[in-house]
Parts: sequence; C-alpha cells; structure tokens
Amino acid sequence: MRITITINGIDTEADIRGPESLLTLLRDELALPGSKNACEQGECGSCSVVLDGDVVCSCLVMAADAHGSTVRTVEGYGDHEVLHPVQEAMLDSGAVQCGFCTPGFVVAAAELFDTNPSPTSDEIREALAGNVCRCTGYGAILRGLEDLSANNAIAGDQTP
Amino acid sequence: MECDWPRDLAEALEALDADPHASLLAGGTDLMVEVNFGHAKPKHVIALRRIQALQAWEGRRIGAGVTYTRMEHGPHVALAQLARTVGSPQIRNAGTIGGNLGTASPAGDALPFLAAVDAEVELLSKARGTRLVPWDEFLVGVKRTTRRDDEIIVAAVLPERLPERQAFGKIGVRNAMVISMVSACVTRDDDGTTRVALGAVGPTPVRARRAEELISAEPTPSAAALAEFARLVSEEVRPITDHRGTEQYRRHASGVLARRLLERCLAA
Repeated sequence: MRITITINGIDTEADIRGPESLLTLLRDELALPGSKNACEQGECGSCSVVLDGDVVCSCLVMAADAHGSTVRTVEGYGDHEVLHPVQEAMLDSGAVQCGFCTPGFVVAAAELFDTNPSPTSDEIREALAGNVCRCTGYGAILRGLEDLSANNAIAGDQTP
Repeated sequence: MECDWPRDLAEALEALDADPHASLLAGGTDLMVEVNFGHAKPKHVIALRRIQALQAWEGRRIGAGVTYTRMEHGPHVALAQLARTVGSPQIRNAGTIGGNLGTASPAGDALPFLAAVDAEVELLSKARGTRLVPWDEFLVGVKRTTRRDDEIIVAAVLPERLPERQAFGKIGVRNAMVISMVSACVTRDDDGTTRVALGAVGPTPVRARRAEELISAEPTPSAAALAEFARLVSEEVRPITDHRGTEQYRRHASGVLARRLLERCLAA
C-alpha cells in the first residue's frame, strides 16, 4: 500500500506492508533515525513527533494511519547552522548526557515553547511528563528550559 | 495489510460491513502496543481518526474520538481529573474515550466515571442503525464488550443531569504514566444520593451498591458512617492478585480511596 506523508515540510511517499509503526517507517525506511526506539509502548517519549499539530509517541501511531498527515520529527527543528532555541538552551545548560532521550525532549519542549514562549516551571514539567531520561539528567534539562523561559519573558517585555 | 481511511461514518460503516473482522483503529495507544509486541497482526484496519462526527462533543454526548487532552479541559470535574491521570501528554493527545470503551481493559480510567454516572454507549451499524447500550450491558468481561462485529462505537452518552460534586482518584506505583492498581469515581447529589464505581478491582467497573445505599441515607455522614462506607466498598469489590498488586491490598485501598473521594465531594 502506498501512502503519502508530509514530513518536515516534504511530501514523502512510502510503501507500507503491515501494521508497523510510524517510528519504524521513519527510522528503517525513510532514513530519519532521530526519533529513538526504546519502550515501544508509549512510556518513554523518546520517539516523540508532532502529528497534525499534537505531540504523540510515533511508536503508537500506525504508519498507515499517518497517510495524508503532517509530521514533524526532531530533524525538523533547527539545522547545522541555526539551532532551535530549545536546542540552544539545552546545549547551554549541559542537558545532554547519553543523549538517547534528547530528541524526544527537544520535540516536546519545542512544541511547548512555540505556543507558549515563557512557560512556568510547572508548565515545563507538565509538558515533559511523558519523556523519560534514564541518566536522570532532569535537573539540567529543566534549568536550561527555565532559563530560556526567563529570557523570553524579558525579550517579550522589551517588545513594543 | 489493507487500510481504509473513511472520511465519514457512512464510509466507515461500508468498509466494516464489507469486512466485519477488520480492526477499528482510533488513537492506537492500545492496538499498537499489541502490534509492537507481536501480539496482534491486523490484516485490515479501518482508521477512524479522520471522521469529524466522532470528534463532536455536544452536551451530554461525547464523541468516541474525543481525546483525553480534550476531556482534561472539559466541563465534568471527575472526567477532567481522570483524563489528567492517563499516561503522558503524548498518550492523552492520542487516546480516546471510544478506544477506552472498545478495549474494555479492567484498568480503563474513563470507565469508573461512566459507570458512576450510568452512561450509555452509542453504537452504529449499517444494518440496524443506532443502538444505545447501558455501560453495564456493554462491558461484560476482561476486554470483552457486547459490540457486534458490524458496529462502531460512536459516543459515550451521559445522563441529562450530572451531580456537581464528583471526584476521581487512582492508585499506582507512581504519579505519572502509570496503569491503575485501583481507580474510583464518587459522585454526590444535593439530596445525598451517592454513587461509587471502582476500576481495576473486577473484570468490569464495580458499583458498590450497599455502600451507596448506606451513605445516600446520611445527610451529613458521621466518622462512623464514613468508616462503614469504606468497609462496605472493600467488601463489595472483586479484585485479583496480579503483577500490579495483591487482592488484599486492592481491597483495602478501594475502601480508603472511595472514602477520601467521598470526603472531597462532601467538602466541595
């Protein structure tokens, strides 16, 4: 079965054989390995993508059901020249240890900040509640994002 | 694998009528776990996500495709409370009330609420049209419902009027992303009528009818009445021991949780 998905702004065609997940399609067929495969049951958040505007676990999206949809993966945030502000903030705070969970955190955090540029600490924690870091590096992740929020608030105040 | 992407209910019913054994796919949060672990390999999937009619939430009729994220921000206190305890933001963006009914897991978190308020399940088939089924005639066992093969779950239908005082709680090993070991929903009307439904302590939600009867007759329940309420709830549930908890713990926790939720209703 042939399907079309708009991934990071590019119309992408794919052949689907079975009920495999969007995550499998992205990683194994479409050369987009940024989304990570770990729990395969929606508990870890390392495969987070944005599907038609909502952050979801791509391991729990049937690839066939993404037909006609818009998907943004971690590869769709920033590039080698200019990082997304969330990536910049996490870099500044040393929020990456082994790095395996990082793509999921970036997607979940970027979606939060793109709709709410200066979230409260509680809002940040809430938005990241579906992402697990087994290095338990949460402190640095939260600090980086709280700093970004504070900087955005100042920048917002200075905007006429 | 074959997949249909119906745009409306008529198209979906047509596809299901042609193959009543097709798998109905809503948010995917249950079915895809089965697929990923090799327990399910659907040959034909009817994906319901694109059907606008299933997204509608009008008054007491909650479309089957309404997600937990939407329930979290909806008008019913206990429904919003339970929605917030489900999985993570990612899961709540995908999982739906129709999926919770269709999967019929004993631990389904929306089910104690639907049981406490005596909700009905609206089903639709090409051959027979609409059928309204009370929750306790729909949920009949562990992951077993009376949905017929040619039917689609269209909505959960609440009664005309809901008690304003309502509370939901659940117990698990931690606060986030946890499957209920015990869950409960309590509602209390101005005239004292109290309802208590518990999840994960029986094959389907358990209404503790004797506890309800006792406490409904108490306009301002004494400490002794509350204790007796908790004791009756513990007696009426039918838990088993499994990897999430023991029968004994679940029985005890059911009484404690129900009493706390009742106290919250009384204070509200």
